[in-house]
Amino acid sequence: MTLGTWLALFVALVVAAEAVRALRHRGLRQERWRRFFRHRTTSWGLGILAFLVIVALAAPLIAPFDPDRQIDILHLTNHPPSGTFLLGTDFLSRDLWSRVVYGARVSLGIGALGALMAVSLGTLVGALAGYYQRWVDAVLMRGVDVGLALPRIFILLMAVALWDGLPFPALVIAIGLTSWFGTSRLVRAEVLSLRQRDFVVAARALGADTGRVIFRHVLPNAAAPIIVSAALGVGNVLLLEASLSFLGIGIKPPGASWGNMIADGATSIYTAPWSTLFPGLAISLVVMSLNAVADGVRNALDPREEPA
Amino acid sequence: MTTPVLLRVRNLKTYFVTEQGKGTARAVDDVSFDLYSGETLGIVGESGCGKTVTSLSILRLVPEPPGHVLPGSLIEFEGRNLLALSAPELRAVRGNQIAMIFQEPMTSLNPVFTIGDQIAEAGIIHQHLSRGAARARAIEMLRLVGIPDPDERVDHYPHQLSGGMRQRVMIAMALVCHPKVLIADEPTTALDVTIQAQILELLDRLQHELGMAVLLITHDLGVVAGHADRVVVMYAGRIVETAPTDALFERPTHPYTEGLLAAVPRIDTPRARLHAIPGQVPAATAWPSGCRFHPRCPYAWDKCVSQEPPLLEVGDQASHTARCWLVTEPGRRVPQR
Repeated sequence: MTLGTWLALFVALVVAAEAVRALRHRGLRQERWRRFFRHRTTSWGLGILAFLVIVALAAPLIAPFDPDRQIDILHLTNHPPSGTFLLGTDFLSRDLWSRVVYGARVSLGIGALGALMAVSLGTLVGALAGYYQRWVDAVLMRGVDVGLALPRIFILLMAVALWDGLPFPALVIAIGLTSWFGTSRLVRAEVLSLRQRDFVVAARALGADTGRVIFRHVLPNAAAPIIVSAALGVGNVLLLEASLSFLGIGIKPPGASWGNMIADGATSIYTAPWSTLFPGLAISLVVMSLNAVADGVRNALDPREEPA
Repeated sequence: MTTPVLLRVRNLKTYFVTEQGKGTARAVDDVSFDLYSGETLGIVGESGCGKTVTSLSILRLVPEPPGHVLPGSLIEFEGRNLLALSAPELRAVRGNQIAMIFQEPMTSLNPVFTIGDQIAEAGIIHQHLSRGAARARAIEMLRLVGIPDPDERVDHYPHQLSGGMRQRVMIAMALVCHPKVLIADEPTTALDVTIQAQILELLDRLQHELGMAVLLITHDLGVVAGHADRVVVMYAGRIVETAPTDALFERPTHPYTEGLLAAVPRIDTPRARLHAIPGQVPAATAWPSGCRFHPRCPYAWDKCVSQEPPLLEVGDQASHTARCWLVTEPGRRVPQR
């Protein structure tokens, strides 16, 4: 680690902390933002996520080495963490810190895009099934049953076989298309109970059309479970990417993602635990932060006071 | 009366198919009435008599399935049959020309939007108001329904308001587009008595200011006495008596109306116990034969069990009708039990 990379890291930390502080400060004047920041964990989660995003964006400044470069395959394999190699090196003598930093780009990208796609699809299908009921519901939910019954890895393996290796966008789409089933069931259940509520009937009595009723009156009231499922979904997608990489059908080596770093390190987990520990920690950190932020968003969207 | 008929309901039948083939619940069974512009028509009856289903049927808000309005029913508003309108045509009527307020102000407002957003909604839908104009309209409406500090209240959420305030907000929501007909489904049932009086006075005042007709649905004859011009009494999915309010209170003809009136606590006649009509409204899947009230009627005789009376004119007044054989045989008005 050179002085420059330390400095860049420090700047990233300060920027993340300052951004959260500024947002918090400004937000205190607005009811919705005040509810968002009600719990300290939300600020921490937001800060950590902001930090990781900045690190991913500024990867060339923060990573001291080329993430794919085998520094010294004879003498520096599985080197424990040190001043030069902040998180140690892996079995090919690549700098783990640099790989974690660059891997953040891939993993956060897949996680965010995959989960966004999955949750949007799931919400749409669930809302349609729950609102229209009858044959729409029957057809969509039988489809979801099939989707839940098919092993996801199997579908993805098939996709790989058909396209002969997945480029990044295809991987995101494949993950998105196979991860929405749970969300759609959740949303359907919410919509089923919400559509009978008095305020939904009142909205229809005011002349609101179906789209307006679903998107303004039904779904916002189902926001809490949807957001929580999105936050958990990002974690799931990260883990799915890890297992795909483990099977050799995710991000192709030598490219770094947190998932394939874990896969790479698994062979030497007893001699060099740091090579799996740190990417694993990164994934856990993201999932926990997302949960904290999801709680905040839920508080912000639900104007009723928390039960004491 | 020369005022034009605004809303004409003829032979309205709204049935619900019950689960497990238990049969059909005939919630509203051949109901006809007229609503003239500017008047208040009260619809009275116990729970389960079909009042609410009648009002929901007018705006076609009956949940389908299990409910459906039978063909042959007619709901004519300004010469157009609402039952034959396409979905967009119907939406253009809802909230714009016919508006509705509901029984439960606690649950009829969307908890995640400010009351300003919700009041403005009908204006945005029907008059395509801009954000700024919508907000201004919402504030104006809040002022109209007598909510203090409307500039501040407009940004409040429903849970920050009391029940009476929420009902005022509901009224404001319904009146944004100055509808010609307001359907008020038990607007005061969920509120305490002093707030009830305020809300009803508010409705009266707004009715005069905006010149709309009100269909006031209630189980409370006291409410009807003070606020309705004419009354329709419903029992078991049918209209059993209709009359101008004064005539109904002076000369209740149907034994059911009589029972309802006797059940109202009065301040001028001391009475130890309040009168109650024995029994309950029967299940809508199996209305009794003949006159549907006969199992609970103190005067019922064999004819009531076998033949259902039509709506008969009481005396020489065409405006007062009752569905009771007593109209033809007044001598039998002697309690049998």
